[in-house]
Amino acid sequence: MRRVENLFLTFSILGSVIVFALLAPMAIIFFMTNPIQIGEALMDLEILNALLTTFTAAAMATFSALIFGTPLAYVLARKDFALKNLLESLMNVPLAIPHSVAGILVLLAYHSRSSIGEILSRIGIVVEDSFWGIVVAMLFVSAPIFISSARSGFSMVDETFEHVARTLGAGHFKTFFTVTLPLAFRSIVSGIIVTWARAVSEVGALLIVAPYPKSIALLVIERFEAFGLSAAIPITALLLLIGIIVVLTLNYISMR
Amino acid sequence: MKTVSSPLLVLKSVSKSWREFQIKDVNLEVRRGEYFVVMGPTGAGKTLLLQLIAGIHYPDSGKIILDDVDVTYLPPERRSIGYVPQNYALFPHMLVKDNIGYGLKIRGYSKNKVEEEVQEISVKLGINHLLERMVSTLSGGEQQRVALARALIIKPKILLLDEPLSALDPETREEIREYIKEIRKILKFTAIHVTHDFVEAVDLGDRMAVMFNGEILQVGEPIEIINNPRNELIASFTGAKNLFKGKVIARRGELAEIDLGGVRIYAATRKLGEVMVAIRPENIVILLEKARISARNILEGIIEEISEKPPYISLKVDAGLPFTVYLTRNALEDLNLTVGKRVYLAFKASAISVF
Repeated sequence: MRRVENLFLTFSILGSVIVFALLAPMAIIFFMTNPIQIGEALMDLEILNALLTTFTAAAMATFSALIFGTPLAYVLARKDFALKNLLESLMNVPLAIPHSVAGILVLLAYHSRSSIGEILSRIGIVVEDSFWGIVVAMLFVSAPIFISSARSGFSMVDETFEHVARTLGAGHFKTFFTVTLPLAFRSIVSGIIVTWARAVSEVGALLIVAPYPKSIALLVIERFEAFGLSAAIPITALLLLIGIIVVLTLNYISMR
Repeated sequence: MKTVSSPLLVLKSVSKSWREFQIKDVNLEVRRGEYFVVMGPTGAGKTLLLQLIAGIHYPDSGKIILDDVDVTYLPPERRSIGYVPQNYALFPHMLVKDNIGYGLKIRGYSKNKVEEEVQEISVKLGINHLLERMVSTLSGGEQQRVALARALIIKPKILLLDEPLSALDPETREEIREYIKEIRKILKFTAIHVTHDFVEAVDLGDRMAVMFNGEILQVGEPIEIINNPRNELIASFTGAKNLFKGKVIARRGELAEIDLGGVRIYAATRKLGEVMVAIRPENIVILLEKARISARNILEGIIEEISEKPPYISLKVDAGLPFTVYLTRNALEDLNLTVGKRVYLAFKASAISVF
């Protein structure tokens, strides 16, 4: 008989506990509902609107992180400058504070009577109780994820590739777009997905900055508080499904 | 004024300090059409020197003149330099043909024109069967050839090769050396080749510079420098002892009889005509009598000098040619060797490098 090593036997039993703890809630929800109920949830106009608001706001936050975070990530990966480590650490602080705290910070800095908010409102961006508020709050809590993902992607691209491209006649920008970016592509794409998923999952900051228009995570809370647990089940199952799809997609991309 | 006789590349008092590497007051001239070897130990600053010439770094002081133009602070894309780094740096996200055509595509050549030129250079370099391959499927030698093609297609003023053979196994190394000589005849480029292997310096170099600690210590013909190093330091890392010029005068299969100017030896090689021969000092055995042993070569000589060469003892033996032999202290005492003693040098035909 094949001998099972004691260490792996013990560790596997201990590991099963956490597997169970995580998988049980995800499995049970699908026994509490059925495809018809989930389908009905998808027909619910309030749910659809909340989903649309959440997904587009998360997409805009992610897009902003991409446009402004990619250049920052590249500079961080390639250049040394004074206080660089401090800057990098500070960029990660939003990940280390309670989300309600993040919401208060965002509201304080960008509300329409603040000095920055006043400038923003002139170009039509008001954060309190607005779609833009959702975008800005999501950006604050999710952009750090994109920046570190892109930065580690760029760090893994051997600078020699860029050197060779330069000697072959490509300027800085052409080198970046034809060599560096394609080679860091996987990190950028997985950064985009995780950042978007993080933005979608935000509750605390939205509760403070912009409870309206209603985003999906807030709608789940509202349904739960107003109608009880069973009313929140179909919409919960729906969001869980979306989460599973996102994670599997991410896994597929990083396996390729 | 541009004249044919002006050197292609001039470095004037170039200094640079970058991370742990340094270039100190380097003056250098590379002539048009020349194959110039820079030899030095790891950490001597050879790669940094190439990167300064390529424009990847700018010097702290000094001037770099390429083809009569001051390029000291010109970015790399405006210098027209071919650069083959040590790991070749083939772009992994492109096919071989797209790697080779990159420089032309960037210059805005039409798709057809790029394809045509890629075909042409690939045929010349014997790699057109590789064009549709993924970079990750190439062997070391194939990668080297593709990297050369990619650098040469832009018709660079000068080709910079950073330890081009160090990542290859010994057989491929010899093959690529011959290959570089061949394509030089076809494409007639000027090159700077950085290495720590004296075989490459002697075999390929028209001239060479010896670099140590960021400084150029000696410039000249490789064989001159190796046989007459200016000082002990240069001698210690050019590392070539027992390096002789010779001529293959007869051969039996794999075995060639080589005349080294009076002294004849047998070596395992397929080469013909003029050759260089190197025998590593630790591969020579000292005998007191002309015994029957398996070594193909046995030469008679007289010990001229015994010196310490930790961890070895170094003997200089006159056997018609000056030989250096390394042996252990035990062997020295067992054989009771002294200056003036008559001995026999034995070494195998397979222990000789011929190039």
